[in-house]
Amino acid sequence: MKDSGSRATPGNQLLWVLAELTYGCPLHCVYCSNPVALSHHTNELTTGVWLRAFEEARDLGAAQLGFSGGEPLLRDDLETLVRRASRLGYYTNLITSGIGLDEKRAHALRDAGLDHVQLSLQDSTRELNDFLARANTFDLKLRVAHLLRTIGYPIVLNVVIHRRNIDHVPEILTLAERLEVDYLELANTQFYGWALLNRDALLPSREQVDRAEEAVRKFRERIGDRMKVYFVASDYHERRPKACTGGWGVMYLSIAPDGTASPCNQARAITGMDFPKISERSIAWIWRESPAFSRFRGFDWMTEPCASCPERFQDFGGCRCQAFLLTGDAANTDPVCELSPRHNLVLDAVARANLSGATASLRFREAKGESRRDKNLGRKRQRNS
Amino acid sequence: MTQTASKLSRDDVVVLRRGVRLQFESSQDRWVLLYPEGMVQLGDTALEVLKRLDGIRDINQVIRDLDQAYDADTCADVIEFLEIALERLWITRNAR
Repeated sequence: MKDSGSRATPGNQLLWVLAELTYGCPLHCVYCSNPVALSHHTNELTTGVWLRAFEEARDLGAAQLGFSGGEPLLRDDLETLVRRASRLGYYTNLITSGIGLDEKRAHALRDAGLDHVQLSLQDSTRELNDFLARANTFDLKLRVAHLLRTIGYPIVLNVVIHRRNIDHVPEILTLAERLEVDYLELANTQFYGWALLNRDALLPSREQVDRAEEAVRKFRERIGDRMKVYFVASDYHERRPKACTGGWGVMYLSIAPDGTASPCNQARAITGMDFPKISERSIAWIWRESPAFSRFRGFDWMTEPCASCPERFQDFGGCRCQAFLLTGDAANTDPVCELSPRHNLVLDAVARANLSGATASLRFREAKGESRRDKNLGRKRQRNS
Repeated sequence: MTQTASKLSRDDVVVLRRGVRLQFESSQDRWVLLYPEGMVQLGDTALEVLKRLDGIRDINQVIRDLDQAYDADTCADVIEFLEIALERLWITRNAR
C-alpha cells in the first residue's frame, strides 16, 4: 500500500493549459513576465476560438486550466470561458491581481464553477506593494483575500520575491497567517521579460536568499499543516538548472492573447521559431505534429555538456528560453548550470547585482512606446532600510 | 521537508480540503486528485481511502471498512497515507 500518489509525469501527455487571455493590465510590475515589446489590446482572440481550444485540449487529456494575462478580469467573457471549462471537467484557476474582483464578479465566477483564485501581492507593506506595481492596490488586495475567504475559496497568495522585498519575507509570512492563507507562494523572480530588463535591481544576494529561506523554515515549523509555503529560489543561485515545465512539450501548453501556442509562456522570445496559432491549427496538431513543440522534445537536440550528462533526464538541460536569452542559442545548456561553458554569464549577473543592485534603476512595465524610469528608488530604499 | 510531522489520531475526522477535487480522468484511465497548482495520480488504495472521507466517519471507521473490504490489516498504511495527505494539504481535520 505504498501508493500515496505519484507526480503526474507520463511521456508527452498534455495536462496543463495556461490561457493568457489578454496582455492588458492595470499594474505596471517591474518584474512582469509578459514580453517587453508587448502590444496589448490588439489581436485578442474571440470567445469562440478560446472555447474550441479548451474543448480540444480537454480531449487530449488536459486537466488543469489557468486563466492568466495580463489581468484576465479585463475580459468580460471570463465567466463564459470559466463556465465552459468547468463543464468540460477542467480544474480551473484564475491568476489575478484582484483588480476588478468585486463581490458580484467573485460570486459569478464561483457560480460558473471556478475552482480557485491565485491572488498576487507585491509586498507586505502598502508603500512597496503600491510602488512595485505603480498602482495603489494594497488595501484592495487585502479586501479581495477576505472576500475569497468568505465565499469559501482557498486563498492562494503569490508574492514575487526579489532584492527589494526579500528582506520582508518574515513580515509577508505574518501577513499571510493573518489572512489565513492556504497556499503561499514566495516565487523568486525568474529573469524573463521585464524582470530580465531590471535584473541588476531585482536579483537578490545569496545572503538575502539564505535569510529568507531560514525565515520560511522556522515559519513552516510553527504553522504546520495550516498553510503550505512554497519558496521557489531564483535559479541564478543554483548549481543546476530547473526542470523547466517538466520538459519542452511534455505536459504544458501556453496560449498567448493573440493565439500563439508554445510549450512555455516565455518561449515566444526565442527567435527563428514558428509557433503555431490556435486560430489556424487544432490543439491536436499543435501538440502532436507542430515542429515548434517537437523542437526540444526528448534528448536528441542536446549539445554538450547536456548530451552526455547523466542528469539530463532530471533537468532536461534546463530552460530553453533562458538558454536563448543569455547565450543566443536555445539549444545550449541553460547557463545556470555550473557545467555550462557560459556559466560565467550567471555568475557575472549575480556579482553585478551585488555591486549595484541597491542603487540600480527600475523600469516599469509599459505599453510599447512609453517608458518611465525611477532613478531615485535605490537611494530612497537605502534610506528606508 | 523539514516541516513538522502532522500527527493524526484514529478518532480524527478528516475530509478533502476546500479546493481539492477527486476526479476520474478517462484519458489517463485513472483517478486523480486536483488541487491548487497541482495534480497527482492516485493508486487504488489511496483512492479507496479518500473515497471514504465523508466528513462523518472517523479514521477508525475508515480503517475498519477497508480491513473488511480487503480482508487485511490496513491501519498502518492508512495512517501513513493520511499523514502525507494532511501535510500536503489535500485533507484537513475539519470542514475548513
